[in-house]
Amino acid sequence: MSEAKPFGGRVLTIPFILGLLVIIVMLGFLAQRFLLGLGPVSGMNDGYPWGLWIAYDVNVGTAFACGGYAMAILIFIFNKFEYSPLLKPAVLTSFLGYALAGFSIFFDIGRYWNMQNIFLPWHANVHSAMFEVALCIAAYVLVLLIETAPPFLQKLKLHNVENKLSKVLFIFVALGILLPTMHQSSLGSLMVLGGPKMSPLYWSQALPLFFLIGALLLGYAVVIFEATLSGVAFNNPSELKILKKLSAIIPWLVGIFLIVRFQDINARGALEAMFAGDMAGNFFLLESVLLLVALFMLVPAKNRADSRKVFWAAFCALLGAGLYRFDAYIIGFSPGNGWHYFPTTPEILITFGIIAIEILVFVWAAKRAPLLPLSGKKSQA
Amino acid sequence: MTIKRREFLKATAAGGALIVTGSQSASASTAGETIPPQAVGILYDSNLCIGCQACMTACKEANDMPPEHSGQYSTWDNPLDLSANTLNIIKMYKDGEKYAFIKRHCMHCLEPACANACPVSALVKDRETGIVTYDASACIGCRYCQVACPYNVPKFDWYSPFPQIHKCQLCDHLFQQGRYAACCESCPTGASLFGPVEKLKKEAERRLLLEPDKYYDFPVNHIEKGNTRRHKAEKYIPHIYGSEEVGGSQYMILSGTDFSKLGLPDLRERSYVKDLEGVANTFYKYLIYPVAAFAGLVYLVRKREHHE
Repeated sequence: MSEAKPFGGRVLTIPFILGLLVIIVMLGFLAQRFLLGLGPVSGMNDGYPWGLWIAYDVNVGTAFACGGYAMAILIFIFNKFEYSPLLKPAVLTSFLGYALAGFSIFFDIGRYWNMQNIFLPWHANVHSAMFEVALCIAAYVLVLLIETAPPFLQKLKLHNVENKLSKVLFIFVALGILLPTMHQSSLGSLMVLGGPKMSPLYWSQALPLFFLIGALLLGYAVVIFEATLSGVAFNNPSELKILKKLSAIIPWLVGIFLIVRFQDINARGALEAMFAGDMAGNFFLLESVLLLVALFMLVPAKNRADSRKVFWAAFCALLGAGLYRFDAYIIGFSPGNGWHYFPTTPEILITFGIIAIEILVFVWAAKRAPLLPLSGKKSQA
Repeated sequence: MTIKRREFLKATAAGGALIVTGSQSASASTAGETIPPQAVGILYDSNLCIGCQACMTACKEANDMPPEHSGQYSTWDNPLDLSANTLNIIKMYKDGEKYAFIKRHCMHCLEPACANACPVSALVKDRETGIVTYDASACIGCRYCQVACPYNVPKFDWYSPFPQIHKCQLCDHLFQQGRYAACCESCPTGASLFGPVEKLKKEAERRLLLEPDKYYDFPVNHIEKGNTRRHKAEKYIPHIYGSEEVGGSQYMILSGTDFSKLGLPDLRERSYVKDLEGVANTFYKYLIYPVAAFAGLVYLVRKREHHE
């Protein structure tokens, strides 16, 4: 494994304090949600029972948190150990993303005090895609917690625990590849039942496949995005070099995603719906353009040698594939009957609070725990 | 017949049997098109409905729900749509001089998407009566049932810190008293008719063959109680809504006005539950693929670790 060390420096900077303020605002609105119910804080209604928290925090959020999953596949299945310096930070962001998605589910569901019923065999409905998603995500949060532990055990000088854990870590790494494959596809399966209310551009029996490819694509894109930012912020050029190589995978995944999706829509004879001029059609075009930009930016090898272009291409892929996931839950979903949905300000601020927690914990960890492969240390190939 | 069956179930539910019946009803939620043995339902005939809304009042009484007021001068219960406080609603379609009524509530689907969706078996289709029931003590409030229902039937308490899902349960709590769905008990014209699904379906098929403008006897309240009213038959659209839609349902609708004009969704025959089951069975049957994949992954990861 690569050498990693804490970056050091002051944690309580001004941006950090601003982040804390956002979190305090979030806590205020959450108190309101728990005292008064979901209606007064959110724009959700009986037609759109899922809003920003499920569509973004959980559905897009866990896909943005697929960096650990995507890197584990590359490293352990395709034997590309040269990417291993990227694994530790990716696993931490994955853990944060999933843990906070779990937190979002907690305040989104109406009857949170019954949450344990998911794990009670006499309540569990094994035919439910939601059951599969819930169980799998809960299990994966635990797996990620264990995978994230080593740098923190090191910091806490619990070397004994660290050694023992390293002997059985392979089981958790294997689970860490299996579980996201299952629940990331199932997040797509969920909307198969939404069929009667969905645009033909977004409904398909192949939704689980699109969601799985999307999760992988987002996983690699988010690793490039985050590692570039932290590479710049923590002045770490060695990381940027690996990213250029990693970026070659993006056009392949974008290409596969677009081909299967367009062919699926075409097979159902619904391609013209993209030019209908409605929300579903326009957002479909927007996603496709963003993904095509990412694709064409990264096809020429000379672009992949330019960190700036790699970063912006990854950013476009993030927006495109992230938007796809969001649209499959909200924009492509239309219950009719005059229902409409737009998130309220408190709803949006709660989501901002969640994002702030993710960023602050990552910054704290990078400064205090051996997480990033910092310059001066050679990364092992 | 159904009543005895339910009492029997209640009696045996004590002790461990609860767990068995519970899990059985849960699996019944994906049983397919077969109609449950004691399936009961409602036949609604828009041509017979006079829009008196007696069914709405009776429903509120039977289910202990408060009136809903809409508009500035509302004195009586006048909800605009189904809600957490309204499980049954009469709506009117008007086109110039012509008008028609429609009664909306849970369809009690043969392949209920809500029951398939529910992760904790709070919504289940009863194995005997086929009624799709809700158990708040199991519900986690995830609202996937609302996303999944093709008819937008389940409703949620958005303004309560202790919310529940609300939907018609065919007044199954009245069965023990020898009663049945309050909306049908109270319907003066026979527009809402309660009874075994098979008999209701035969009655619906009979009505489609009636000659318009001639007088016929129509069963009232409960198809097995023998009460009838004489009405002049009107022309019907030659389709029983609910007989085929997404796998069929135990609530069936007849009308002389286009179903789409009455606000009923135009649905295909194959249920989306079947589509999802197709996906699930391909990858999760007996968990063979996930277990095999896990074994393969453990082997690979170990090998790679040593290699490194």
